[in-house]
Amino acid sequence: MSSPTSTPGRRKRNRDDIPATPKSTRRRGQDSSNGDLPAMPTSPATDIASPAVHDTSLFSSPRRSVLPSEVDMSSPLMYGTPSSRVEARQRPDLGSIRKAPQVDLHSEPPSADGAVASEQALGQKLVIWGTDVNVGTCKEKFQRFLQRFIDPTSNEDENAGLDLNEPLYMQKLEEISVVGEPVLNVNCSHVQSFDADLYRQLISYPQEVIPTFDMAVNELFFERFPDSILEHQIQVRPYNALKTRNMRSLNPEDIDQMITISGMVIRTSQLIPEMQEAFFQCQVCAFSTRVEVDRGRIAEPAVCRNCNTTHSLALIHNRSAFSDKQMIKVQESPDDMPAGQTPHTTIVYAHNDLVDKVQPGDRINITGIYRAVPMRENPRQSNVKSVYKTHIDVIHFRKTDEKRLHGLDEDSDQKLFTEERVQILKELASKPDVYDRLSSALAPSIYEHEDIKKGILLQLFGGTRKDFSQTGRGNFRAEVNILLCGDPGTSKSQLLQYVFNLVPRGQYTSGKGSSAVGLTAYVMKDPETKQLVLQTGALVLSDNGICCIDEFDKMSDSTRSVLHEVMEQQTLSIAKAGIICQLNARTSVLAAANPVESQWNPKKTTIENIQLPHTLLSRFDLIFLMLDPQDEAYDRRLAHHLVALYYQSEEQIEEEFLDMAVLKDYIAYARTYINPRLNEEASQALIEAYVDMRKIGSGRGMVSAYPRQLESLIRLAEAHAKVRFSDKVETIDVEEAKRLQREALKQSATDPRTGFVDISILTTGMSATARKRKEEVAQALKKMIQSKGKTPAMKYQQLFDDLRGQSEAAITKDMFEEALRALADEDYLTVTGKTVRLL
Amino acid sequence: MPSSHDWINKPLGVVEAMFAQSNSNPEWEAKVLEYFKGQLKEKESHSWVPSLNDVPLHYLKPNSLVKFRCLVQDMFDPEFYMGVYETVDPSTKANVLRCGKYKDVTECGVDLNSRNTVTAERQTFYCVPIPGESPWAKEISFLSAARVVPSTSYVPSRQKRSYEEDDDDMDTQPQKQREPHTETPQIQPHGNGDSKRQETEAPSSQTTTPSDCSSHLDLNFPLPGERGPACLVKVYEGLDSFKLNDTLEIYGILSVNPVLTVLGEENMETPEEQRAHDPPASLVPRLHMLYARPLQHNNPLLPSAPTEDQSAFVSSFLVEMASVRAELLAYLTHVLLGDGLAAEYLLLHLISDVYTRRDVLPLGKFTLNLSGCPLNSYTERLYQIVQQLVPCSYRLSMSLHTMNSMRLVPKKDYVANRLVSGALQLARNTSLFLDETQLEQGQLDSSGVRNITALGNLISWQKVDYDFSYHQMEFPCNINVLVTSEGRSLLPSDCQVPLQPQVTPPNMEEYLTTIHMAQFTSQINKFRVYLSLARTLDYSISDEVTKAVEDDFVDMRKDDPQSVTAEDLHRMLVVARLLSLSLGQTTLSRDGWMRAKHIDMLRRSRTEQQKSLNGNEP
Repeated sequence: MSSPTSTPGRRKRNRDDIPATPKSTRRRGQDSSNGDLPAMPTSPATDIASPAVHDTSLFSSPRRSVLPSEVDMSSPLMYGTPSSRVEARQRPDLGSIRKAPQVDLHSEPPSADGAVASEQALGQKLVIWGTDVNVGTCKEKFQRFLQRFIDPTSNEDENAGLDLNEPLYMQKLEEISVVGEPVLNVNCSHVQSFDADLYRQLISYPQEVIPTFDMAVNELFFERFPDSILEHQIQVRPYNALKTRNMRSLNPEDIDQMITISGMVIRTSQLIPEMQEAFFQCQVCAFSTRVEVDRGRIAEPAVCRNCNTTHSLALIHNRSAFSDKQMIKVQESPDDMPAGQTPHTTIVYAHNDLVDKVQPGDRINITGIYRAVPMRENPRQSNVKSVYKTHIDVIHFRKTDEKRLHGLDEDSDQKLFTEERVQILKELASKPDVYDRLSSALAPSIYEHEDIKKGILLQLFGGTRKDFSQTGRGNFRAEVNILLCGDPGTSKSQLLQYVFNLVPRGQYTSGKGSSAVGLTAYVMKDPETKQLVLQTGALVLSDNGICCIDEFDKMSDSTRSVLHEVMEQQTLSIAKAGIICQLNARTSVLAAANPVESQWNPKKTTIENIQLPHTLLSRFDLIFLMLDPQDEAYDRRLAHHLVALYYQSEEQIEEEFLDMAVLKDYIAYARTYINPRLNEEASQALIEAYVDMRKIGSGRGMVSAYPRQLESLIRLAEAHAKVRFSDKVETIDVEEAKRLQREALKQSATDPRTGFVDISILTTGMSATARKRKEEVAQALKKMIQSKGKTPAMKYQQLFDDLRGQSEAAITKDMFEEALRALADEDYLTVTGKTVRLL
Repeated sequence: MPSSHDWINKPLGVVEAMFAQSNSNPEWEAKVLEYFKGQLKEKESHSWVPSLNDVPLHYLKPNSLVKFRCLVQDMFDPEFYMGVYETVDPSTKANVLRCGKYKDVTECGVDLNSRNTVTAERQTFYCVPIPGESPWAKEISFLSAARVVPSTSYVPSRQKRSYEEDDDDMDTQPQKQREPHTETPQIQPHGNGDSKRQETEAPSSQTTTPSDCSSHLDLNFPLPGERGPACLVKVYEGLDSFKLNDTLEIYGILSVNPVLTVLGEENMETPEEQRAHDPPASLVPRLHMLYARPLQHNNPLLPSAPTEDQSAFVSSFLVEMASVRAELLAYLTHVLLGDGLAAEYLLLHLISDVYTRRDVLPLGKFTLNLSGCPLNSYTERLYQIVQQLVPCSYRLSMSLHTMNSMRLVPKKDYVANRLVSGALQLARNTSLFLDETQLEQGQLDSSGVRNITALGNLISWQKVDYDFSYHQMEFPCNINVLVTSEGRSLLPSDCQVPLQPQVTPPNMEEYLTTIHMAQFTSQINKFRVYLSLARTLDYSISDEVTKAVEDDFVDMRKDDPQSVTAEDLHRMLVVARLLSLSLGQTTLSRDGWMRAKHIDMLRRSRTEQQKSLNGNEP
């Protein structure tokens, strides 16, 4: 087996696996690299006669002689290293066989060979058959890349702790020598920026280039760290091939190329042991031989070479070599899909240590080689189904939602903007009326409510995330929460639906149908593995997004209580079925609530109208009322708007408003790249605004602002700066934030009795005047009872009537009862049934 | 019939000839499509193509051109196939280039390592007959198709049956004689049509028996109790133009090669997946699409192609429109026990259509809640009458049991890798009849709650959130929902009309049957055309009327701002639109607006009346 001459096919491993010429990508389908096909009966085995293009001697370094016996020495790409101490490991991800299928080189037209030959003649350059890869150059280039590549601007979390001004990959090699995990992940974009040609080769001929890289890395590594001990040789795992594609755009031209696609794991199979090498032993003379898998099949030797007995060889399972393999089904992620179509799925094979790396539900980026395998021919049939099976052999997995666990900032690589797009967005941002433009582009079918739309717009942008964990306060909330309340049928739900459709990570739930469990997380037993799995609910799923909760008032108290933590601390604690954890839920809440009496009662405060605990209400930055304004001018504009909705053509509407896609990108861009900070003037303005707010209240003996209001003012100002694509929060931002907050307060925290803005309605649930009045009534009642002299017990109804008769102002039953309760609290009287007793 | 029917009988021959001529010039593919499109454009030629809907599969010639009226139920992953491959003749050792397009299997002796192989991509759609297609629509399309010569072996057999059962068809060449009739749909008395239907039912039920035997094979029809062939359609061109739930008329090459099911024994797929994706070709034939026509409607009485003769048809019918409307209104009034207002609203509902969407808001939907329906099978009879009028309908009896057990929302089955259909996967403009009178008190379980939510979403947003297990995906739809209930429905609706019966027939069943029987089929057919046609008309509002409507709205609000809200204006605009269309008017007139206002006023006074009545109840 180790004799090169006995296996002429091996030498040509690379020949068959490679498409004929770099240009003729369309022909790739025929390629048998992945092929589990046996040789066609009709194709004569003329391969032996085919010319061996590359010269093995070119690759044979003197040190090669000490290779382990099972490694094929003749192949230029085998896993021999300078150091024989470390065993090479097969890479099934680069093709389940690393040997040449021994068929059909005869069909090669001479032209291609000629081209190669001429190149050879030119510069004595030998390339791997069918490619333009010269192993020596390629190796050299990659070593140079490893030794020299520096990326000072790197912000990948993988590179945390590395010195960015030193060659990046040399540091990684050092890490390998320390940690002992023989895997080197290489970012393809680095390769590209270093050497575009090398990158092109890597993408086009991964099957040839990656083993070359492996070789290069190992040479380099064992030169540097001759004493390190590794489990097996270092394997190079490229990722982030810039040819990142969405699953939908994969086409026949991608076959056998390296691709990176994103998707979601939907199913994983059990581990499949795949035989790599079979061990046969002769039953007669105990002579043993090894046979490697050839296109998915093992050719059982018919004759023992030692004793010439026929059919005496038996397979010894225990001594055969197997590799792990797992089938993974990946579905395209919902964001990539055109509307109205179903998601595509792709089969992915993971090998060796990549097995069980991912689980159903994970969102991942996969880098791998795209394969197409013809359907296996049935020997009894003359016809073949003309369909190929396609799959991807994984080289590298990357979980896209991994970062969320690390609690790092927004995923920046999630959305890539083209230059032109950024230009368009920046142009838009430079317009002075960008804020108004954007807010009017928001839900154009909903009429007016400009301030509400502006509020929601700021919510979409969010504030700047600040970290105060060093000073002991933890993270400050950057998300803006908004509550809409108002009459039914004022298109609140429609607004919510719109927002939910606009943001990538939005969730829409209705208070009526959701339980605390559905909002937070629940533990589920996987029916197959009996494993407990934490399933996340709407709030966790909308991390970094917006959670739209309709019918907020219909939510049960226990469910609502969950929101307390989420809306201020932005985390979610779970203690269930032995799983105790704290999940990030940095979500903005956009809630809509209906008044309790089905119609908004303008004589009552917000709290009274919607009956929500004020502890929860105070966590909303903005509370808007959506009421019918009931004035003629408004009616006319509304009518015009609605009628226009029904007769304007699609194009007219498009002209009027910004495209939803542009709006989406604008928001995504701002959220990712803009992190405004307060400047000096703005901070002064904020301070003034806060002091002013407190002053207004103190004049009337109430508190009209709390630190929470200041915080939300800051958030709103930051969000407004983001809208302008500005890195600084300036006074105009503060002004707008102030205006918006005042508007919202005016609507929701106006005391219906006095007409003043009174923040205590939201913070304590009762306005100051109401509290004062309650006291007055109680005092009046007490005085009346005292005036009646020593009567230990009184009729409830009579007392009520008396009080009503005495007082000038109308006294309702509620007020009377409240007064009684107040007196009872003072231990002045008790109420039992229909009688009132003095104590 | 012209003898050059090779393009129907042997379309693959045509394809191969073109391929041979092309010398691997890729333009031949476009030429093939052009050719078939051209053939089908010829007058009536599309009616020569046998339909998979009407002709049982075993009467159809394999590899012939057939058509299929269907709904795209699921879209499978794209697959790569050998577009061009080379075969080696074992005797002569000569290499021949062959075309793999429009075929499932290759010729023998493929040279897998040939450099001339071209890999191409195609996608498979799982198509089912249009769910809820009314029996009359099936029947008429069958009858009109059967009269023209279908180039299948089905004809003789049909004739044989005809000798036995039908004296009419004694003629040995009935097709030719009958041909003129097909131009204008002739209406048979209803009974006759029924017997024909039964006759055609017989063979088709034979084809379905095997599937009944092998009950493990679920053909995945959206509605329970559906029958007909499901089909795997291989799509080569314009993949992006097709969407899930599109209704199409597909012209393609039928492939029923039994090899298809035998192959693929060594797959990584689960048995479920294999069953879903490679069902036996005898049950689920393959169709290689050459041409697909999106269907605006599936009413066989209307010309389907938007050509000149359609506009001619429309303009000729427009003259009659008002009179047909009056007749239909009278008919519906009888059906609704003498309630003219409810009949008016029902008529408007039947021609409603989501004609556009503004961001999330669907415009033009008009869900009607008919409350106060008499119990005891009245709703069932009402549905039967609606079914007679519209080409597609389904009655969902909202009993507690069905709500808890039925699957309304389609769900992705990851094991079989297919979209398991649900009752809400319906074609556009299907009439969904929700019978809330069947609902009794009791406990809804979680799936029941989900179903009710799905119905609510459907009504409010005209969308269904398909369940993809890890996430949900929103599919917009266009379904006319009619809710019948005793009191006000628990589901939202655009418009509630309490039924006020003017007559109380002692025997409801008999009463409705007599009304129904009193209508001539010709009359009913007119109604059918009317309803489908009114929906397709264009509509606009002039600036002048816009102004008037605005003024009107402001005035109404002036008197009592509480009484008229934006919601009411929305509804009145829809009512005005439908009212105009129902009269064949394509612009809103002042008169039309006043009428819309008037009937809405009547309706509201009725609901208020109802409310105060209920209020008085203890």
